[in-house]
Amino acid sequence: MKPGWEMVVGLEVHCELKTDTKLFCGCPNMFGDEPNTNVCPVCLGLPGSLPVLNQKAVEMAMAIGTALNCEIRPSTFHRKNYFYPDQAKDYQISQYDEPINANGHLDLPDGSRVGIERAHMEEDTGKTTHAGTSGRIHGADYSLVDYNRSGVPLVEIVSAPDMRSSAQARAYATELRAVLVASGASDGKMEEGSMRVDANVSVRRSAGDPFGTRCEIKNLNSVRSLGRSIDYEADRQIALLESGEAVVQQTRHWDEDAGRTVALRSKEEAYDYRYFLEPDLVPLVPDAEWVEAVAATLGMMPATRRARLIDLLIDGGGASEAQVDQVATVVDLGLDDLVVAAVAAGVGSGLALARTANEAATDADAARRLDSGSYVALLTMEGAGTLTATQAKALLVDLLADGGGDPVAMAKARGFEAMSEDSLASTVAEVVVTHPDEWERYCEGGEKGDKLAGFFTGLVMKATRGRANGKAVAVELERLRGS
Amino acid sequence: MTTRSPAAEQAAMVRAGEWSAVDVLEQHLAAIEAGDEAIHAFNLVTADEARAQARAVDRKVADGGDPGLLAGVPVALKDNLCTRGVPTTCSSRILEGWKPPYDATVVTRLAEAGALLVGKTNMDEFAMGSSTETSAFGPTRNPHDTGRVPGGSSGGSAAAVAAGFAPLALGSDTGGSIRQPAALCGVVGMKPTYGTVSRYGLVAFASSLDQIGPFATSVADAALLFDVIGGHDPLDSTSLNRPTPRVLSVIDDGVDGLTVGVLTEFLDGAAPDVADRVHQAAEALAAAGARVEEVSVPEVTLGLSAYYLIAPGEASSNLARYDGVRYGLRVDAEDTVAMNTATRSAGFGDEVKRRIMLGTYVLSAGYVDAYYNQALRVRTKIIDGFAAAYRHCDVLLGPTAPTTAFALGAKTGDPLTMYLSDVCTIPSNLAGHPAISIPFGAGDDGLPVGVQLLGPALSEGTVLKVAAALEAAAPLLAPPAPAPGPAEGVAT
Repeated sequence: MKPGWEMVVGLEVHCELKTDTKLFCGCPNMFGDEPNTNVCPVCLGLPGSLPVLNQKAVEMAMAIGTALNCEIRPSTFHRKNYFYPDQAKDYQISQYDEPINANGHLDLPDGSRVGIERAHMEEDTGKTTHAGTSGRIHGADYSLVDYNRSGVPLVEIVSAPDMRSSAQARAYATELRAVLVASGASDGKMEEGSMRVDANVSVRRSAGDPFGTRCEIKNLNSVRSLGRSIDYEADRQIALLESGEAVVQQTRHWDEDAGRTVALRSKEEAYDYRYFLEPDLVPLVPDAEWVEAVAATLGMMPATRRARLIDLLIDGGGASEAQVDQVATVVDLGLDDLVVAAVAAGVGSGLALARTANEAATDADAARRLDSGSYVALLTMEGAGTLTATQAKALLVDLLADGGGDPVAMAKARGFEAMSEDSLASTVAEVVVTHPDEWERYCEGGEKGDKLAGFFTGLVMKATRGRANGKAVAVELERLRGS
Repeated sequence: MTTRSPAAEQAAMVRAGEWSAVDVLEQHLAAIEAGDEAIHAFNLVTADEARAQARAVDRKVADGGDPGLLAGVPVALKDNLCTRGVPTTCSSRILEGWKPPYDATVVTRLAEAGALLVGKTNMDEFAMGSSTETSAFGPTRNPHDTGRVPGGSSGGSAAAVAAGFAPLALGSDTGGSIRQPAALCGVVGMKPTYGTVSRYGLVAFASSLDQIGPFATSVADAALLFDVIGGHDPLDSTSLNRPTPRVLSVIDDGVDGLTVGVLTEFLDGAAPDVADRVHQAAEALAAAGARVEEVSVPEVTLGLSAYYLIAPGEASSNLARYDGVRYGLRVDAEDTVAMNTATRSAGFGDEVKRRIMLGTYVLSAGYVDAYYNQALRVRTKIIDGFAAAYRHCDVLLGPTAPTTAFALGAKTGDPLTMYLSDVCTIPSNLAGHPAISIPFGAGDDGLPVGVQLLGPALSEGTVLKVAAALEAAAPLLAPPAPAPGPAEGVAT
């Protein structure tokens, strides 16, 4: 971002709800089947057909609203009228001026808060494939439409223009995705289109200035392209303004390969959607009991999960910056319950977090399936010094591969028996005797001398094939130096 | 038995095994065969399907089963009601050849009640019109005078019942499309309360106004048909989810103690001979024991203007789907937009295009508040106006249409004059209220006059009760010249 400028970003996120059936009919919500097999008179928009609202979709929309701290409101549906072949009725049923969710917010891991203006329900369109060289509707030889996606329930989440950097926008998209997954409403797969992000970007000289003219960027298929496109677009607008030109309000297409945005259509060319109240549906007025019932089924949101781990660290003496990152990783991967279980069983929070963020995280799918009892048992052994870190890590690989097991038996089978204090002391003494020069320098202390503790520890580990407890070795070395 | 037997009597005879459904059907098919060339009530006669239904009814009777309330009764369906595997055209080129893969809920209910679905009736294209002259397949003629229109848009259904082709028919009423043709053809036609009859499978014109309703030769038959087709349908979100009381059982309860308001605004625009019949009807009700008084609901005079903003607005959206992509007519062109344009230009008639353009305009950014939203505010005022009248009246009385049937071609050149045909029927659609047209003698030209009874939401029982009293007092009306063909029934 060029100095002297500030960017203003708001995101519009469409997410497909993972209901069993479509928003207004009983067809399976299964995009990707044989084309035009999950269709009926309603989602094909046949004459005389009428929409009936899917209760489960409403509940998922309310779950999203609750997770985003929105007010759940009485709402209505409108028709958004425009002609397009994949739009079965040539209008889309969408919530307009009375959305089910409004005035919420999302807290990001860095502590910033992004406002949520609304999160409303609407139906998806079919999918058109244009045959021919252009790949677009203009110049196509012919086009094929698959209506399996027609009528799939969507929730569109519109943020306030609260973001001030591409990094913050990326963090928002990532956090929102985690919230959608945690709410059980969506699988949040951006690459597969179940979560689609459009970005509104403008720039201004300073935070006190009114918002500049914005452009909307479409075709963002990953969090990475979201960040790149915002930076590109902000720079483009700044260059325009600095050369005395004006930014034209328009919709722009992100070209991932070229790394730039190109104009799609300007405000003057924008459709007039002729919104009006959908007469085939009645107002949706969820009573307090229903709203509460949905809220009660909602699992813990990522921010709460992070706070829960941070609290455990603080109880254990404090959370370093690196540990805050580890917390984010663990929560993002859905492994935080393992940490909580281990700490509850008496394992130190630092150890539990480190093993989970560094080792368990390398195979998160297996870790989420892992029997938490065996994981806790393993960390308990490591925490007690029964197993060394190296041994514990080795056993964890086996546990993940097997989905669980008895760490005690596994340790025994591998010959990972704990060293007695006596045999540890004699091994340390042996190593000291065979390296008199290094020992002398170690005994002199100071910055250089102290560093040799690692040298001796390494030798002990080698001699014991990793069975020695590193902390115990350090204690023994210190005892010998002081004696 | 004759083809003019009331439906209830036919059903009773068939259920009792006295008459065979097949014979009843064949008689009506013969009447259609003999008479419909002159009338053109039907776009399609589904003789084979109806014969199969009739045989099934007779088998059921023979087996001792319950063949249903409408066993063996021929029913004609307006051609905007979806029938599985049977062409449903809305009298438009754009839907020519389209066969719905499903039945409308009312069609399913009729079939379950043992009715024989004899065919699809002509209508104004997409129900837009008041004379059945905007049909792409040529006009229907009034059985009382084939030089006159039957009214519209459900002109084919009204004419079919008037001509004795079927004792019952279904129509749809968006601004008077059941009641006005019922009046012009001298039959009974009712628009029920919005939400009492499922719209699932009714090809939409203006969704917030459309309602399916019965045509019959008597009030009792209209009540019977309403009892069969009404009631909650989970496939229509605007269908009222409440127990629907049967109305047939209350229609003979009399009008003692009821207050009937003669709606002065409706009389203002009516031809003198029509107004005379309304006054005569009021006197008849007073004689039957009702309290009759004049009542004014000034807001109803705003109905026509509001309607011609709301109905075209909704229609412009409802008719967008006829784009040549999925079904019906397609006129190929070099790209999709050109194909859409060519298809719609060729497939829609002038009146439909006029209303799509009007509706698109009134919903456009910058105009929606001045037109469409303003009309919605007027709609609320009309509802309030009726509510005030219903605080002291049980029903309101007025003409159904300002005149008797007019000549074919008389109004086709002047849409605004045509629109005025519905000035007395539109307010009930805007309010969502029930209203019924009952034949009440003839005008100076000897053609039928219909008087209209209006009631508040869900007052079908009361409205039909008063209608039955009017029917009993109605001056005799000469029946249309009987179509050539067998006049006597065949007893089994």
